[in-house]
Amino acid sequence: MTRSGIAEALREAIRGEMRRDDRVFCIGEDIAIRGGWGGAFTVTLGLEEEFSDRMINTPISENGFFGVALGAAMMGLRPIVDVQYSDFIFLAMDQVANQIAKMRYMSGGKLTVPLVMRAPVGVTGRGAQHAQCVEPFFLPLPGIKIVAPATAYDAVGLLRSAVRCDDPVLMFEHKLLYGSKGVRAETGAVDASSEIPEDDYVVPIGKAVVRRPGSDVTIIATLQMMHRSLQAAQLLEKEGIGAEVIDPRSLVPFDWETVKASVAKTGRVVIVEESPKRSGIGAEIAATLAEEMIEYLTAPVKRVAAPNTPAPFAPPMERFYVPSIERIAQAVREVMSF
Amino acid sequence: MSTRSFDPPFLLSLYRGMVRIRKFEERVKFLFLEGRMPGTIHQCQGQEACAVGVCAALGPEDVVTSTHRPHGHALAKGITVHDAMAELFARTTGCCKGKGGSLHLGDLARGMVPAVAIVGGGIPIATGMALAFKMRKQERVAVCFMGDGAVNEGAFHEGVNMGAIWSLPVVYVVENNLYGASTPIHWVTKTKTIAERSSAYGIPGITIDGNDVLAVYETAKAAVQRAREGAGPTLLELITYRITGHSRRDPALYQPAEEKARALENEPIRRFSRHLIEQGIAGAEAMERIDLEVDQEIESAIEAAVTAPEPAPEDALEDLFVERA
Repeated sequence: MTRSGIAEALREAIRGEMRRDDRVFCIGEDIAIRGGWGGAFTVTLGLEEEFSDRMINTPISENGFFGVALGAAMMGLRPIVDVQYSDFIFLAMDQVANQIAKMRYMSGGKLTVPLVMRAPVGVTGRGAQHAQCVEPFFLPLPGIKIVAPATAYDAVGLLRSAVRCDDPVLMFEHKLLYGSKGVRAETGAVDASSEIPEDDYVVPIGKAVVRRPGSDVTIIATLQMMHRSLQAAQLLEKEGIGAEVIDPRSLVPFDWETVKASVAKTGRVVIVEESPKRSGIGAEIAATLAEEMIEYLTAPVKRVAAPNTPAPFAPPMERFYVPSIERIAQAVREVMSF
Repeated sequence: MSTRSFDPPFLLSLYRGMVRIRKFEERVKFLFLEGRMPGTIHQCQGQEACAVGVCAALGPEDVVTSTHRPHGHALAKGITVHDAMAELFARTTGCCKGKGGSLHLGDLARGMVPAVAIVGGGIPIATGMALAFKMRKQERVAVCFMGDGAVNEGAFHEGVNMGAIWSLPVVYVVENNLYGASTPIHWVTKTKTIAERSSAYGIPGITIDGNDVLAVYETAKAAVQRAREGAGPTLLELITYRITGHSRRDPALYQPAEEKARALENEPIRRFSRHLIEQGIAGAEAMERIDLEVDQEIESAIEAAVTAPEPAPEDALEDLFVERA
């Protein structure tokens, strides 16, 4: 057992996968430069020393290297694609949405696309183009599995599952949860480190986890919002409210079983997300609960989300934009009033 | 056109390959206009020498990517008329089990991934297939077919550049039929040739007559060999002409009449058969026999396709993931 932050834990998990299977390789910008950073957040730092021919350092050509990864995956390799900021994935949307997601389907199931895409999200002091939470853009896209680990333990377990999966997996990682060190350290970082067991454990794709049990209200949140929801739950405990916090960990497929079991127990739901509210993750969860769980609900489902604007730069505006612990707690108090 | 160094059976196989595509396209056009075939079609009549000449330079282990106009590439790469026809008829016996259709025709078992119907989308993908060959030390080559329209996509720049910087075993083949859909190439491209763009990537670029099947074959063979030997990509521009509409019922009114008339004189099958007769390689009779055999091949494929089962509606839910979500 060693205690690691997400960046470090992911690095060792990637190293382990590359040692285990010589078809695994990394591709992306600034990922294999000696004296460089190991990607934007140090995840691949130093891997080029061990795997000089499997760390493909690309030009700044996102659409290009996502497509290159697809071609390589169809020919039997298992690429891990690193996009520095999830905001840049829009440059690669043809390859992601039209090609990677659909190639197996169009082939009638004859070919496989074993490919992992790692994309950092998080509203983090960079304004509109380097600090979005882009997850909701990908939810309606058939053909891609989506995971979002909030702890180092889950990052390792989900990375292993993603690399070993024969389908495309998009992994959202949060900049404030990485625990990146040195010049790439993030202001406002949240401790998401875990004790990482020595064994080759995996976290299955599509399995949520109950982070904290409670019987009065269910809070559903991923990534940084999961950590804030835990803090809000502690606050609410003092007010006599027992909040159950569920971390879905996977967005596609989604673990409805765990969520529904919790909702059947509590009858009250708050969904927290760092992206704009309109057509977000919360909208999807709330709609499904309305369709399938209405008889259990004793209060309206509440969404705590960012407003429908770009991420602002000024710190006071950013603090207003990202759901705070207090906003989460307040939403819970509101659903408790029913 | 010089046939001296080739065996007659090889030359006749090129003829058969081109005739197979032409007759397939003409028959499919008819079936489509009759309303017997669903969907939309983009056809390649007049461009047969490009697909046949290039694919004749490839082995079964080599792979190609294609475009929204994929029928010729598919047949030239070895997808059978039977499998292609069944796919166009949207049957379970089609090469994509009815999930691809005309726009996504392909079969990796025959060395062609489902056709990429987004213009330029196949360029990074072919580059990545070549990266895999290089990383796995396989002596295989990827060929990326594209139209002239694709060269103004960002994917062209990104993909060709990566193929070049990593010296990958890939050949970028531009079938320049002078029109991107209805827009003339000279409206949208300043350089005289497309091949000269290769200098921006530090790779060789060659422009040749794409309606001369032997020139296409010989040039492609050299580019494929160069790629296989590890010397990197080539940008190969084949000048050709589409003697049918862009898609569906397009009468191609934007193609001037005299240009079309010249193109019909210059179309690759007429030219090649004339050449084979003049050189004493084959008589009209031998070619007529091939024509007849191809007709039969196509008619029996149509018969098989129309009697093959349609997919069940709920088959739409299959084939998304390997590990079911």
